[in-house]
Amino acid sequence: MVGLVVVSHSATAAAGIVEVAAEMAADVPLVAAGGEPDGGIGTDADTIASGIEEADEGDGVVVLVDLGSAVMNAELAVEMADATAELADAPVLEGAVNAAVHAAGPKATLESTVDAAEEARGMSKL
Amino acid sequence: MSEDTDALLDALERIAERFDEEQDYLTELDSRIGDADHGNNLARGMREVVEKRDEIADEPLDEAVKTVGMTIVSEVGGSAGPLYGGSLMTASQELEGGLDEASAVAFAEAYREKLTDRGGASPGDKTMVDAVKPAVDTFKRAVEEDDLPAVDALAKAVDAAERGVEYTVGLRAAKGRASYLGIRSVGHRDPGATSTYFALQELLATLEDRVGAADATDAYAADAAERGGE
Repeated sequence: MVGLVVVSHSATAAAGIVEVAAEMAADVPLVAAGGEPDGGIGTDADTIASGIEEADEGDGVVVLVDLGSAVMNAELAVEMADATAELADAPVLEGAVNAAVHAAGPKATLESTVDAAEEARGMSKL
Repeated sequence: MSEDTDALLDALERIAERFDEEQDYLTELDSRIGDADHGNNLARGMREVVEKRDEIADEPLDEAVKTVGMTIVSEVGGSAGPLYGGSLMTASQELEGGLDEASAVAFAEAYREKLTDRGGASPGDKTMVDAVKPAVDTFKRAVEEDDLPAVDALAKAVDAAERGVEYTVGLRAAKGRASYLGIRSVGHRDPGATSTYFALQELLATLEDRVGAADATDAYAADAAERGGE
């Protein structure tokens, strides 16, 4: 199964997004990789890289990110991690929920899960 | 330990000391247009790098620079970690055959390429790129077209970086946290460009010291030979 890593500047936000997504897709490996190692606000390439390895079951991992340095640290983590992973260009919460629901389906691949996450970009709420 | 690695350790210690001295200044710059952590993060990151001096001393130059990059990625948060550390990790590959003018140019260009690629910033966006690009362009031209020795080429590059830093003052930020401030980012020196300039200054000081020492040895040898011939 394709795994997901949620990256946010806030560890609490990342954990909360995982919580929301997990409700829709209990079996999908979902890992929160938010905040700095010392608990501060920020993102950390090492934390994200270990998150990717933890979420990987052999079918690859989709990484969802919030803002700015999260993108850079996640890109670096994808290069560093000992697993195949891809960044989704999507809003972090909506993308995570979309991707988790899709990944729980039987035909999901890494590519189709990235696409599912990115479909959240066009989601209109009102 | 190779002479190159020895010079690298020397440079790292100088940069660590400089970031320590400038910590409050860099953080103050960052507090105006960013999240006020640039000085602390860099100073802490470089302290950790210097802590690893024994490990670095045992490595060939390319591996040593890669270790520096990985340590910065791990220890420096925010954007500075992946930008400084990630670019060093990638550019370190250019030093596999050791250090000479050609590999130094290749290293500088690889660093700039990874930096602009990772951050997506163009010149004029008020970022590190505004110091790095003129410095690398100037260094390359000085080595390849003007045939200057590395130390003179680096001196020109440092001047170009300084002008780049001053140029950021009038710019409106288009990348990074500062871009959220829009027009309010104008009038402030970019912290990343400034710290890049400080690091380059220390690199130059290291090289000048070494060239100075080598010249002194040569002068002594020449002097001794002359006296020997009397």
